[in-house]
Amino acid sequence: MARHEGRGMASVNYPIGMNLGGDPSQALIHSNPDGKFTVALSAIDLGQGMKQVSRQIAAETLGVPIEDVYVDTADSDTGPHDMGSFASRGTHRMGNAIIVAAREARGVLLEAAAEELEVNAADLVTDGRGNIHVRGAPSRSITVKATAQAAQFKQGKTIAGRGIFLIPLSAVDAETGEMNPNTAFAHACLVADVAVDDETGEVEVLRMTSAYELGRVINPRMVEQQLVGGAWMGISHALYETPEPYYPNPEHGPRDFNEYLMPGPGDIAPYHVTVLERPAPDGPFGGKGPGEMCANPVLPAIANAVYNAVGVRVDELPITPEKILRGIKANGGAKPGPRRGGPVNWR
Amino acid sequence: MLELRKDLFADERDDNLNVIGKGVQRQDMPGHVTARTRFFDDHAFDGMLHLKVVRSPHHHARIRSIDTSAAERAPGVKRVLRGADVPVNKNTLLSLINFGKDDEPSLAVSKVSYKGEPVIAILADSEAQALAARKLVRIDYDPLPAVFDVEETLKPGAPVVNETYPGNYFEYHERFDHQKLRFGDVERGFASADIVMEHRYQMSPIEHAPTETNGSIAAPEQNGRYVVHSCAQGLFFALGTTAKIVDVESNQLHFIGGTVGGGFGGKVDSLTEPLAVLGAMLTGRPVRFVLDREEEMLYGSPRGAERIYIKDGLMRDGRIVARHIRSYFDAGAYTRLSSYAAIKCTAHVPGPYWIPNVASDIYVSYTNRCPSTAMRGFGVTAVDFALEVQMDRLAEAASMDPMEFRILNAYRDGDMKPHRRAAKNTALVECVQVAAEKANWPLSEQAKRASSLIGGGAGERAQIPATQLDARGQIGRPDTRSGPVTQVLPAGTSRIAPSKQPVMEGARDGRATPTQVPRYEPQRPTAPPPPAYQPAPPPYQPASSYSPAPGHQPASPPPASPPPAAPAQTQHGAVRFSSVFGTRRR
Amino acid sequence: MAKLPIQFRLNGSDRATFVDPASNLLDTLRRGLGDFGPKYGCGQGTCGVCTVLVDGEPQLACLTLAVSCEGRQIETTSGMADGPNLHPLQDAFMDHFAAQCGFCTPGMLTAARALLAKNPQPSREEVVEAISGNICRCTGYEPIIAAILAAANAPGARRA
Repeated sequence: MARHEGRGMASVNYPIGMNLGGDPSQALIHSNPDGKFTVALSAIDLGQGMKQVSRQIAAETLGVPIEDVYVDTADSDTGPHDMGSFASRGTHRMGNAIIVAAREARGVLLEAAAEELEVNAADLVTDGRGNIHVRGAPSRSITVKATAQAAQFKQGKTIAGRGIFLIPLSAVDAETGEMNPNTAFAHACLVADVAVDDETGEVEVLRMTSAYELGRVINPRMVEQQLVGGAWMGISHALYETPEPYYPNPEHGPRDFNEYLMPGPGDIAPYHVTVLERPAPDGPFGGKGPGEMCANPVLPAIANAVYNAVGVRVDELPITPEKILRGIKANGGAKPGPRRGGPVNWR
Repeated sequence: MLELRKDLFADERDDNLNVIGKGVQRQDMPGHVTARTRFFDDHAFDGMLHLKVVRSPHHHARIRSIDTSAAERAPGVKRVLRGADVPVNKNTLLSLINFGKDDEPSLAVSKVSYKGEPVIAILADSEAQALAARKLVRIDYDPLPAVFDVEETLKPGAPVVNETYPGNYFEYHERFDHQKLRFGDVERGFASADIVMEHRYQMSPIEHAPTETNGSIAAPEQNGRYVVHSCAQGLFFALGTTAKIVDVESNQLHFIGGTVGGGFGGKVDSLTEPLAVLGAMLTGRPVRFVLDREEEMLYGSPRGAERIYIKDGLMRDGRIVARHIRSYFDAGAYTRLSSYAAIKCTAHVPGPYWIPNVASDIYVSYTNRCPSTAMRGFGVTAVDFALEVQMDRLAEAASMDPMEFRILNAYRDGDMKPHRRAAKNTALVECVQVAAEKANWPLSEQAKRASSLIGGGAGERAQIPATQLDARGQIGRPDTRSGPVTQVLPAGTSRIAPSKQPVMEGARDGRATPTQVPRYEPQRPTAPPPPAYQPAPPPYQPASSYSPAPGHQPASPPPASPPPAAPAQTQHGAVRFSSVFGTRRR
Repeated sequence: MAKLPIQFRLNGSDRATFVDPASNLLDTLRRGLGDFGPKYGCGQGTCGVCTVLVDGEPQLACLTLAVSCEGRQIETTSGMADGPNLHPLQDAFMDHFAAQCGFCTPGMLTAARALLAKNPQPSREEVVEAISGNICRCTGYEPIIAAILAAANAPGARRA
């Protein structure tokens, strides 16, 4: 009776947005008379951070401080149409729509500033701190606030913008499956280290090491949130969760949190993520979307690590102690595989 | 712990940005930590009714009769709803994008197809009263044989789960009982391989288990409108679905949401909004319909199960030369979104690798269980599990290190994918290299030198090969699931027009320019009648263009009269969609 | 059924209302008194999103009869900040990005608050134990554990 350590890996890619396109997003942006901007959307924040991603993309494009942008979502009376928050589409689709809207609003903002400064709008730049000035001559400047006041009360200009982003819908060929699917893909590779108890069949995830390529990272703290939370869900999917433990037999399923298994705060594994950025040509500032794929490589990496530890292939999820013990028994005992590499190069 | 590797692909990025890339605080975080964030259920209404549904205790049964008289007389009960009360009692979620036939009632009428299917809705002054009245509803069922296995259900003689799809499969292109992918000649690939390996994989259903259960509150507003506080993952998706089912114009519904207590795909199905609105319309009172935890767990639509068979042809040097995937999505009793997942899965095959001969057959099977829906990684998570365990097996069979094996077979920029589009912007090789380095997993010098930028698209890697076609799996003809090759498409054949550029309103190059502000002009008395098509206003042409946002190239000047790109292409897309999937919106 | 009058202190203010004898504290706080801080997640004491302090002890409001709170001190996350000044735990949750959807956050903060009131310098294991009745489906728990440990070391963390 022994605990066997094993190591497995998996590498994956993931498509960003509704597969065949045809999923538009719209955004509206306007300034109040003090140069504070509202981004009106119908996008949904289910925790993934849609509001903040939208805010950063709008602030960057407008060229104003992030505090001067507020994202108002979701109200169907004020926010224009958006397909929804699913298919890892939020950052990519909505982000692009916001860029369009913000560029239009920025155009009017600079026109208004140009009129006040009596210069060419093309010669103006923003400093991201609430000022607009002539390129190369910071002293010839006006604040965004003064510009907005002049636009509203003197010039009669609407500092506002509207935007839509749509990848046209693709057909699918019935015989070959030819199609124009997603335009952006994210990538990942994950290594899982596990220990398997050959007496109880229990798996402990010791640590995980991964690399994710996600296009442009819009907010690294929020990327970390997604990847860490998603990896936890990946462990849960791999080892714990299902409402039908004897699928396809539908009986004996859990009905509530007493019976539905998930790892608790005491079951989590140390996790290190390295993030690479290869910007998507059509993503907002090159952004893709990590929201869904962050659990995907964990499942096979753990399955492969279990095989490396005790020589049992579990091809039906979740990888329960029962399945592992049956496999060990069928093999006539644990059959550890070759050791792969040494101690991880982090913490 | 997160570490950014800025050195990789650095020449493809301009990192001189102001707030993009900064780990600034979330806009919603102060609300979360002070409990001021308002979720759908955090709204008070006076005189609110509570809605509870009576669910089927059977997996599959005819409904002989329903008696609600005792429930209607129960204390606090204000209204009892049956299927006949629902204006449009048949819908499929993707009818909003013209995909698939309406197949699911809001309240079952003549039969139930899964355990937990809603039959009757009760509206009462309190939750306790609604729950008490639920026990008084008498439904006489005639149980039917049920089927739970995704392959058994496709066999002749299996009980018909969903009358809209009598073969128990989703119908693709009005022709086939599955979605095909054909690229090259897999049979020749297997014949030429040193090793051929086939394995079966399965993922059981998974529950989203958001801490906030599905629900909504609908209340009469002014002017015949209804406000709906919703946890929907797509606000207009839910609004459109509700408007169709309760048969009102979309501007009679005022949906408020956007702040959701976890979704993971489990809040796309509009499980509660239509009945809540219908209840508010029929009673004139605010109506709250919230699933309890057991309902969420059992009937809140899970991630569907999948069964996947992968067959690979492998050379001793580690190259995969052929891959065939046969997969079955378990839709449960109704389609919801599974039909789309199969398409997404088809595009994902064969994973992030370049393989010269690839085919797949992806089925959506109906079974007598709760309809499944999207979940985090929909259409991809289960197949990735299967593919990557299979890759581990293949590496072992080729006596190769699993990392080196991935790098050898990884797709690179310029490689042709089986759906006949070239890969670009790839980075799998680099992810493997970096993960190996951090995990202290040794790689050969050759593997360390590999790059997503090198070697892709060389020779046959960029080509669409001659491809074997077949007519297997015709609708209603299970006998045709095997059959001969009917045609060989010549190399280089493409039948679907390449993707158009994304539409970003305002300019053709994908970058917005401000449009002219309309100015008031007095109406000319002799103005000609407006043409049928109003050309877009001329693009804004200031004396000189404004300064571009940081990190962007200046917009190139737009053409003098841009075509009405967005509307035309939207229309085109909608038409194409209905023709592709053979069903028009009803 | 006849309603019963009850009175208790909620976040430092005296509150009185009438409840059904079978009403739980969660419904009373949310629907009776308009404090939407505690959430409904399961109604059976398995998820922790309704956790409140009753006389300083963490309790699941969904399993607590409202009438049993007569004369007690009830504290919820809605009253956790001292005017504009956040509680050190709230600051730490922000600093550690310890919330995504935010639905479990009020219950988590309350469980952590009860821990630090009793045990100002908890070990990681003690933090894990203290929040093990609270389900979070988004974060993977690590940021929450880190935030509580950081708050324990912050000045003022002992304020309950």
